[in-house]
Amino acid sequence: MSAILFTAQRLTAFVLAAAIAIHLATIIYAVHSGLTAGNILARTHGNIGFLLFYAVFVVAVAIHAPIGLRNVLREWTPWRGRSLDVALALLALLLLILGGRAVFAVFSA
Amino acid sequence: MSAGGNAILDVQVWRGREKGEFQAFAVPRRTHQTVLDVVTAIQREQDSTLSYRFACRVGMCGSCAMVVNGRPRWTCRTRVAEVIKDGEPLRLEPLRNFPVVKDLAVEMTQFFDKWKDARGFFEPGTMPEKDFAVVPPASPERRAADAGIECIGCGVCYSACDVVAWDEDYLGPAALNRAWTLVNDVRDRGQAVRLKAVSGSAGCQACHTHMNCTQFCPKAIAPTYSIAGLKRAMLRWTLRGRP
Amino acid sequence: MMRASHKQPGFAAALLHRLSGIVLAIFLPLHFLALATALNGANALDSFLALTRQPLVEAAEVILVAALATHMALGLRLLAIEFFGFREKAGAALWASATAVFGIGLAFLLNLG
Repeated sequence: MSAILFTAQRLTAFVLAAAIAIHLATIIYAVHSGLTAGNILARTHGNIGFLLFYAVFVVAVAIHAPIGLRNVLREWTPWRGRSLDVALALLALLLLILGGRAVFAVFSA
Repeated sequence: MSAGGNAILDVQVWRGREKGEFQAFAVPRRTHQTVLDVVTAIQREQDSTLSYRFACRVGMCGSCAMVVNGRPRWTCRTRVAEVIKDGEPLRLEPLRNFPVVKDLAVEMTQFFDKWKDARGFFEPGTMPEKDFAVVPPASPERRAADAGIECIGCGVCYSACDVVAWDEDYLGPAALNRAWTLVNDVRDRGQAVRLKAVSGSAGCQACHTHMNCTQFCPKAIAPTYSIAGLKRAMLRWTLRGRP
Repeated sequence: MMRASHKQPGFAAALLHRLSGIVLAIFLPLHFLALATALNGANALDSFLALTRQPLVEAAEVILVAALATHMALGLRLLAIEFFGFREKAGAALWASATAVFGIGLAFLLNLG
């Protein structure tokens, strides 16, 4: 892992630590207080704060996860080199697109 | 086993190189016997072809480390009674993650080459300093250097490190610990080169914080935290554009 | 014989961290896909409600939350040691408390699942 990948991994880890704490707290609150899907969607619909929070979350995930998987694959499998890096860059793009789509779907639902 | 008596110790000793086998020896049990005493007894009284390494016998030189019942240790500072209960066999192997020269002696060249690769030596710069550097003993840098400075290069941490086992290029806890003491040396003029040296793919960021090195170090040094220090220094250096 | 180095808590922590990370990387695209697909339909709310009632999806989401909590707690241990100079005792305490907190959270989830 290069110094730049390491730095990106750890910086996004800080962002994700905060984001996941909020995300989990929100889930637990929502479930515990018996909010229905309708209630939740009513709150997220058109909510710019929601949109921004989850946009940051998705971007951080799209950086963090492929770097982590790259380490796992390099240590546990013989896969190395350019093909691995391209595959993981594509994964980053996939996470970005799918995540962005999901966030926007909830935002505009 | 308490005192003296006629008890006999069952000792399994690795013979050969990477390929080899355990050979059984029966060694008289003695009070306060160290593992090194056992090896020496075998070599002097039973099989003079047994190869192993030692020098000081008192925990200063760092040459007698071996894997004792699965765990790397200084054999001179380990009493048999600490390792096994009565009736259990004592199992002696060469240090892991080192090429085996013969029996219990390992080749340490690569281990020490990595100290050089990690820039684990003082770099004074091209010109002599005009004045003495003032280093207050209580300064954070001096304390950080102090925490790791007592390493005697025995190789116990390197033998215990899972990352070295996975990636033979990994610089390892001892070399990185030494680099960290120098990162904290305000007189050193080779910091950028050192940070580059310890942040390659085999550098400090490969550490998984398993903490075996810190657990097993006979000098109670904590290379894990030295490596963590290098990670912080490397991250700051990367954010500044690697000057 | 198990290597002495593999009996260390740090080894277990790193392994769990890694496995939970792999689980997340596999489940996350599905999580995103499920959310977006359900909500993009004509009858968004109904299809979303129907989806969350499917046992398979429910199980997957619980696994996802468990992996997320584990990965985060172990990540906090790492950040504490690497960046805040925590010694292992404090790091372990942090890890334990984070796990406990999310264990409670998970219990809430399962209760109402």
